Amino acid sequence: MLLDIKDLHVAIKGKEIIHGLSLQIAEGEVHAIMGPNGTGKSTLAMAIAGKEGYDVTKGDIIYKGRSLLEILPEERAREGIFLGFQYPVEIPGVSLTNFMRTAINETREYKGLPPMPPAEFLKKMEEKKKLVEIHSKLANRSVNEGFSGGEKKKNEIFQMAMLEPSLAVLDETDSGLDIDALKIVANGVNMLKTPQNATIVITHYQRLLDYIIPDYVHVLFEGRIVKSGGKELAMKLEEKGYEWIRND
Amino acid sequence: MKAFVENGSFKKKMTSLFKDCENTVFKNDTKYLSSLRYKSFQKFLELDFPTLKTADWRHTDLGPALSKDYLQYLNKDTEELDINDIFTCDVHDFETDQISLLNGWHVHTDEPLKQFPNGIIAGSLAAAMGEHPELIELHFGKYADYEKNIFHALNTAFAMDGVFIYVPDDLVIEKPIQMINIMHPSENLMLHTRNLIIMGKNSRLNLVHCDDSTNHQASFNNSLTEVFIDKGARIDYYKLQNLNNDSTLLNSTYFHQERDSRLMINSISLNGGLIRNYTHVILNGLHAEADIFGLYLMDKKQHVDNQVSVHHASPDCRSNEMFKGVMDDEASSVFNGHVLVDRDAQRTNAFQNNRNILLTDKAKANAQPFLEIYADDVKCSHGATVGQLDVEALFYLRSRGLSEASARLLLMYAFAAEIINKIGIDALRNRIDDMVKKRLRGELSICDRCVLHCSQPEQEVTFDIDLSKI
Repeated sequence: MLLDIKDLHVAIKGKEIIHGLSLQIAEGEVHAIMGPNGTGKSTLAMAIAGKEGYDVTKGDIIYKGRSLLEILPEERAREGIFLGFQYPVEIPGVSLTNFMRTAINETREYKGLPPMPPAEFLKKMEEKKKLVEIHSKLANRSVNEGFSGGEKKKNEIFQMAMLEPSLAVLDETDSGLDIDALKIVANGVNMLKTPQNATIVITHYQRLLDYIIPDYVHVLFEGRIVKSGGKELAMKLEEKGYEWIRND
Repeated sequence: MKAFVENGSFKKKMTSLFKDCENTVFKNDTKYLSSLRYKSFQKFLELDFPTLKTADWRHTDLGPALSKDYLQYLNKDTEELDINDIFTCDVHDFETDQISLLNGWHVHTDEPLKQFPNGIIAGSLAAAMGEHPELIELHFGKYADYEKNIFHALNTAFAMDGVFIYVPDDLVIEKPIQMINIMHPSENLMLHTRNLIIMGKNSRLNLVHCDDSTNHQASFNNSLTEVFIDKGARIDYYKLQNLNNDSTLLNSTYFHQERDSRLMINSISLNGGLIRNYTHVILNGLHAEADIFGLYLMDKKQHVDNQVSVHHASPDCRSNEMFKGVMDDEASSVFNGHVLVDRDAQRTNAFQNNRNILLTDKAKANAQPFLEIYADDVKCSHGATVGQLDVEALFYLRSRGLSEASARLLLMYAFAAEIINKIGIDALRNRIDDMVKKRLRGELSICDRCVLHCSQPEQEVTFDIDLSKI
């Protein structure tokens, strides 16, 4: 088991948002988490990534056999957890190249490896940029600064490709994307899929799941998983709407 | 010859000092200089020292600095040190012509003032006072306001030495000139460094002005620089300040710009007990442009004060101010920008911006951008921000594997980089870039740059930003 979330309760500023959520994810699987706005989807993503202010009040998140609760966000990242942000942050003055080089080399240092040779790093950059059709100019610009919505999301997948995580949590990666950008992003995620890694796709709409085919679909409602099933569950949701869950 | 400047009866002491000088140090003064000194000294006596109630001084307390006893050198110390023995410049990767001052006095191996075949005259101001009275009379004391500012009056009364540079018309000087003022006193030192830079029509100069300490002795440098920029001339002026925690530097610069001239000044304050940069620019001809930039990285109880006054006296001019600072521990900063647009100065473009990051609850930043506009067709803006490092950006970086310390450094550096990137000389930019990174990592201290390594462990002063605390 790659990720084992056990009876997770998460509170923000003392207010509980997630009320006992359990989820198991094995290597090679793609899980979709769907649900209406404000049900705790992003809260779950932030709790996995370790953002300050998302307090786990009960339960546990076990990743590769080890509880994440006392582990800093950077260590989680170095252990292979990647969060694709719903709203990627603009960082003026930091180039994407410099950012990625620092990220990769700090992870390598953590693992006792020497820094990646510059030639190898640049080669990898070129390769991964192609994967998500990122323009070279973007790599030299400040991270996300002045990027369009589509460019920001492509940039998230580009970073994912560079960091090669074991577990990627993609939070509303489809929001704000036109259909072309959506296809590119989905294609990138599919290309990065291996039997060793797993992906959690968080989405409001079924649309993304036409391109990233999930093995499992979970419906999150008012801080709990209320339904789980195969990809057909997404179709049913699309057809009947979230009201169907509410009434069920 | 030495004199002591003591607390309490400062003006009395200065009066007796001035009398002593009249018959000795000032006896070779030209008539012009002599009368200027006398007038300035009278003004000094009439004016009051600023207190925390004085406008423009509300957040900068000179009290502690002025209450120390200082020694003032009235001529060059005879037991002069070889400057190369005490100081190696950190900005050495690029070739410059260096003019060095030690404790305010020009250091020279052959003649104090050189005239080069291309016509440039550079070296000691004291020598220029004697050798080029016509240039002195034309420019010295013409731009600095010694009638209203007590320190400028004091400087003008006691100005003895400093740097003099004259660039003739149409001369483009490729190699930057570097003026290094090294503070290496054996006792607390007060000095009134005076510099004069004259840029002929369509001339071009890159100037690097460094203020460095090489030991931990207290000092009070009341420095004043006048820069005349004639029609079509352009000067890029870089200030680099790396002084000890007991130093006080009043670094005042008056720029007088004629038509089509261009000024770029970038003041980078890395260390210093109290630094006050006063920059005054008058745009006195059509299409003159001034870019005024500054970066300050302060910690401990360091204080930096940037006073910028831009006077648009002609139409169609542009001025742009951008100052950025990071304050750690109990450090504090002041930005006071004043743009004055005359009634006739139509189509003025004037921008002011000050951004600050505070790393602790005790760090302080005061920003007072101010526009005074009498023309009706202008584009002016001002803005100021004081904030912390962006927590969202920190988490974003950490979620990719960067340690908190690295993420903070990267964000601070990125914040500073906007100012560093405005440095037009590649080698200098790279070098300053390096120094800023070192400063942010806590690795830059004045001792790194001094070959004496004199400081005993108990005296050692480091200038680190403590990353574990922030």
